[in-house]
Amino acid sequence: METMWIAVAVLAGMGIILGATIGIAAKIFKVETDPRIELVTELLPGVNCGGCGKAGCADFAKALVAGEEQPGKCPVCSQEAVSSIARALGIEAGETEKKVAVVLCSGDNNKSKVKVLYNGVSDCVSASLIAGGPKGCAYGCLGMASCARACPFQAIEIINGLAVVHPHLCVGCGKCVETCPRDLVKLTPISAKVHVYCNSPEKAPIKKKVCTEPCIGCRKCLKAGEEGQFIMRGFLAEVNYDNAPDTDITEKAACPTGCLKIAKNHLAIEQAEVA
Amino acid sequence: MQEYLEITIGAVLVYNFVLARFLGICPFLGVSKKLDTALGMSGAVVFVMTMASLITSIIYNYFLKAPIEIGGKTYNIGFLQIILFIVVIASLVQLVEILLQKLSPPLYKALGIYLPLITTNCAVMGVATLNATQNYSILKATIFGFFSGLGFSLALVMFSSLRERLELADVPKPFQGMAIALITAGILAMAFIGFSGMC
Repeated sequence: METMWIAVAVLAGMGIILGATIGIAAKIFKVETDPRIELVTELLPGVNCGGCGKAGCADFAKALVAGEEQPGKCPVCSQEAVSSIARALGIEAGETEKKVAVVLCSGDNNKSKVKVLYNGVSDCVSASLIAGGPKGCAYGCLGMASCARACPFQAIEIINGLAVVHPHLCVGCGKCVETCPRDLVKLTPISAKVHVYCNSPEKAPIKKKVCTEPCIGCRKCLKAGEEGQFIMRGFLAEVNYDNAPDTDITEKAACPTGCLKIAKNHLAIEQAEVA
Repeated sequence: MQEYLEITIGAVLVYNFVLARFLGICPFLGVSKKLDTALGMSGAVVFVMTMASLITSIIYNYFLKAPIEIGGKTYNIGFLQIILFIVVIASLVQLVEILLQKLSPPLYKALGIYLPLITTNCAVMGVATLNATQNYSILKATIFGFFSGLGFSLALVMFSSLRERLELADVPKPFQGMAIALITAGILAMAFIGFSGMC
């Protein structure tokens, strides 16, 4: 019986001593933090994707409170979340146009020719280091899922050897943009629905040899669209994302190869090809 | 001198905490995906294991080893060892975290999230209990704790470098992810069994 009381007494004493020590230490060594940081952290999505360029949501919240960043820099936040953060801090919301990643290539396994048999490490960076990868086009998607692995939101799928972004899953954090060794992935404003799914500025005959769906630089889309909606880079038409064309441009332009596509259709086409 | 050598080499290689004693498997598998997180965790483990060994061996040597005398009567409170160690280690880590945050922000940032993670890790608890069963003196216990932490770090850093390479390897579908990690850990453990009998 006595042993039991001893045990209770020892543990209770220990608890009191340790509790008091920690309590006193917490008082003495208290680090003053801005209460707003906690508030803002709660308002942020908390996925720690790093899309804002900070180490995580808590880090971004610190920068927000310090006034170094604008809430609009968070690519994941919805418009409401951004404005509620801005209201909480009493500052301007900043630029808020949501961005979506696009892989500007149509060259899946059916469309692009394979130059050599590649048996190495299944990683785009590794493959591009060895003679530019297995595919014939030196500008196209390697299809080895470096971007898909980098995506914290599983928004990129490799369909038939081509990386395709699921626009409704993409939050525009830009992780994929950094990983792609070919700079194929671009962050585009969500209002831009149409893209030229080609990235090669080479001449049409060269492109035609390695791919069945390149941009051949015929300028049909330039003529069909309004002034300044497309720009030419070498022999490649590009959508001017500051002045993006409407979805009906695909019908008006009637792209001869079909690489001018609406993002949603592009995904559907690729999915249908596999099925 | 030879005794200390035995303790150090034993803790790092022969009786490696992870690969020979199978303690602390949770952080071993959990934070070994990237080398830099593994290094952060290693630092925290070495730190906490050394501190825990020091404090628990003081408690063990002065209060638990022999019956203590209170008011003319002797009581043996050795049976409270495990619960006392748990409480003491947990609050020690808590205390260290508070102190670090104030006194050394860079160190706090480096160890930051890993410190509370290992508070109740079985490797830390294990080192305290082993110190007690081996009846180590305070100095020996502290040395043992430090080198046990180093052994853990060795295993963790090795394993995380292996896993970084595995990321690039062409692993058959059924073995992808945790499966191949566990197989790798098993092979690594087999390699460390080669040290057994050294001391």
